[in-house]
Amino acid sequence: MTENANTMASESQNAAPVIHVSPSPHLSNQALTTQRIMFDVVIGLVPVVLMALYVFRLYAVKQLAICVISCLLAEALFTKMRGRALSLKDGSALVTGIILALSLPGTAPWYVGLIASVVAIGIGKAIFGGVGMNLFNPAMVGRAFVMIAFASVLAAGGYQDAGSTVDAVTQATPLDSFKQTGAVTPLFALFFGLTNGSLGETSALACLLGGIYLCIRRTASWEIPAGVILSVVVLGGIANLANPDTGWTVLHHLLGGSLLFGAFFIATDPVSSPMTPKGKFIFGIGVGALIMLLRIFSGYPEGVMFAVLLMNALTPLINRWTIPRPLGAQ
Amino acid sequence: MAATVKEFGGSGTFKHGVHPPERKHFSEDIPIEVIPSPKKVLMPMLQHVGAPSVPVVKAKDVVALGDIVCKSGGFVSVPHHAPIAGKILKSTVTTLPNGRHVQVIPIKADGEQLEGQALKDEIIGGEWPLDSLDQYDRQTITEAIAKAGIVGLGGAAFPAHVKYTPNDEKPVDTVLINGCECEPYLTPDYRVMMEATQAVVAGAILAGKAAGAKDIIIGVEDNKPEAVKALRQAAADTGVKVALLQTKYPQGSEKQLIMAVLKREVPLGGLPLDVGVAVSNVGTASAIARAVMRGKPLTHRVVSVTGSGVRNPKNLLVPIGIAYRELIEYCGGLTEDAARIISGGPMMGFAFANLDAPVTKGTSAMTVLTAEDVRKADETACIRCGRCVDACPMNLVPTKIALASRAKDVDLAQAYHIMACFECGSCAFTCPASIPLVQLIRTGKARVMASQRK
Repeated sequence: MTENANTMASESQNAAPVIHVSPSPHLSNQALTTQRIMFDVVIGLVPVVLMALYVFRLYAVKQLAICVISCLLAEALFTKMRGRALSLKDGSALVTGIILALSLPGTAPWYVGLIASVVAIGIGKAIFGGVGMNLFNPAMVGRAFVMIAFASVLAAGGYQDAGSTVDAVTQATPLDSFKQTGAVTPLFALFFGLTNGSLGETSALACLLGGIYLCIRRTASWEIPAGVILSVVVLGGIANLANPDTGWTVLHHLLGGSLLFGAFFIATDPVSSPMTPKGKFIFGIGVGALIMLLRIFSGYPEGVMFAVLLMNALTPLINRWTIPRPLGAQ
Repeated sequence: MAATVKEFGGSGTFKHGVHPPERKHFSEDIPIEVIPSPKKVLMPMLQHVGAPSVPVVKAKDVVALGDIVCKSGGFVSVPHHAPIAGKILKSTVTTLPNGRHVQVIPIKADGEQLEGQALKDEIIGGEWPLDSLDQYDRQTITEAIAKAGIVGLGGAAFPAHVKYTPNDEKPVDTVLINGCECEPYLTPDYRVMMEATQAVVAGAILAGKAAGAKDIIIGVEDNKPEAVKALRQAAADTGVKVALLQTKYPQGSEKQLIMAVLKREVPLGGLPLDVGVAVSNVGTASAIARAVMRGKPLTHRVVSVTGSGVRNPKNLLVPIGIAYRELIEYCGGLTEDAARIISGGPMMGFAFANLDAPVTKGTSAMTVLTAEDVRKADETACIRCGRCVDACPMNLVPTKIALASRAKDVDLAQAYHIMACFECGSCAFTCPASIPLVQLIRTGKARVMASQRK
């Protein structure tokens, strides 16, 4: 006992280092954290946000502010209710807020963004067990809720405000005007995004810029957008061949609506998409196929949201179907 | 620098893997030094894969350097020899860094010891005439390897003679000598390749002869150009080839090495033997040369004492059984911010705190890291980013296995091929959520094995 006390005393005198044991590996890639991944998504969203601000002006500012603030507050509220440590720092609520805002029309009244945010965080994420546990893309859960609860606001007509001072908002959305009147928006306008629509979806260029950044950083897996685009090209091509005189070509399908925004920013949510490269590709193909099915045969002009939610539900199954073959296995 | 492995069928690398910081600079350019002969060594009876060795000495016996202390305990087992001259003490038990409690035979130094340069010359120095190797036939070589108690010096400590014993069912066509040393910090293999180049080449040729192999290839990562140059020079006109491999962790793992050089897949649960290959570390090759050409057992090995937690990092030639404490003391002691002591390298090594534990035949290094080196963010939830899937050299889904292990779901863990994991740590190194994947998988494996015993 005394000997123990002595060694302890002498140890503290020499300030001997405290040696911990722990299982290997003893090194970790400190530059890569969940926070950093979320921050990457925000960087990837910058071109999209800038374009939204340019096209929709104050509408975009208002919707982004409402959704981001409500998502952060909802996250704080729900983590506190669950008695967990506050997790705002990981940035996942921020990402959900931005993506949700970008998927809504700027014209939607303030309470729509607020309710969508609370549902996204609460029902989309918190009840599943918080970040990483949710089955569905939270932003899409929130959006689906308000789309059904406030049908008129999120229906095609809700996007339009003839008396607005912002040009884009006075027009109908490209997909809607095609569905209603057969009018085809020029590809140029779809590519640069000078059209009406949800805040983040109008500019194909901005989505490509941000999306490619995410794929290069491997924050988004390229297999998913590749799958989506491939299946839209194939199915859109078939639709085109079947109905050659509509003027709404494969390229219109690709550049119009929220296809690219959905392919690069929504379908690529890692939590609600499969784990393996093969699974991701299958998931992308499925999303693309469902989008085309909804666009062509359903009453809605657009189908990205429902396509992603449906494929989210299949993710656990896809994961089980695509367990990779280990090196050396038969 | 183009990898020159095309002629063997491989691409020079393997799928997935990671790039941890290399940090070889601490010790790579420091020549091997001989540690002063210790007053006492502890010779563990189980420091290899297989059956424990059986003591052939008793307390108070006097042994000379190289005398046998324990004999082999079976076919997959090896004898151990006295690394110093001295007196046998009563056997006792100690805990090795890997957590195993083992019987040890203490030897107290007594009488005159072979030390310093003389010892270094005796173990790795001097001439290794490559033109004299014709005189050894297959059986002589295998017997010498078995008698010398040689195990894999890369860390796994698998008895070497097992690989080289002629096997008619599974003939070996290629002997691969592993000079990859993909673990960060570690430099013992590099120093052996630089300072005992001839011995490595001689050992490679002997191993090739023992196995009856037609190709003998030394695989080295392209971050060691000096070693490649030296080996190529020494191996000129011998038929031994040097394959340059891409620097990537875990290139030095047997299965990944075979894939990179020969493009052959070792079956799950199988051995390199199943695809006609025998793999030995460069240190093992030099020990084989010594056993065959000089008739000497494995009594010493090269160990790196390295890392930012060591005052004067060195590469040391040490007797097997010396206490880690003597290594660190000879290297100036720990720095004030030392926080973790590892037997081996930082990716697969074992952290330990009992400095009186002995160095074993499989000990390649003592790596000491500082708190800054091992700093790790708090664990957060898995967001299924798939980075572990991209990192896993065995093509597994580590997070799913870890999750199944955490949930004690043995069937799910096996559905995700938990037993294929060899715990290289690539997944946990990469994980942005700092999930202790390897630890979880290890406990899961233990659970699977327990369920199979039932």
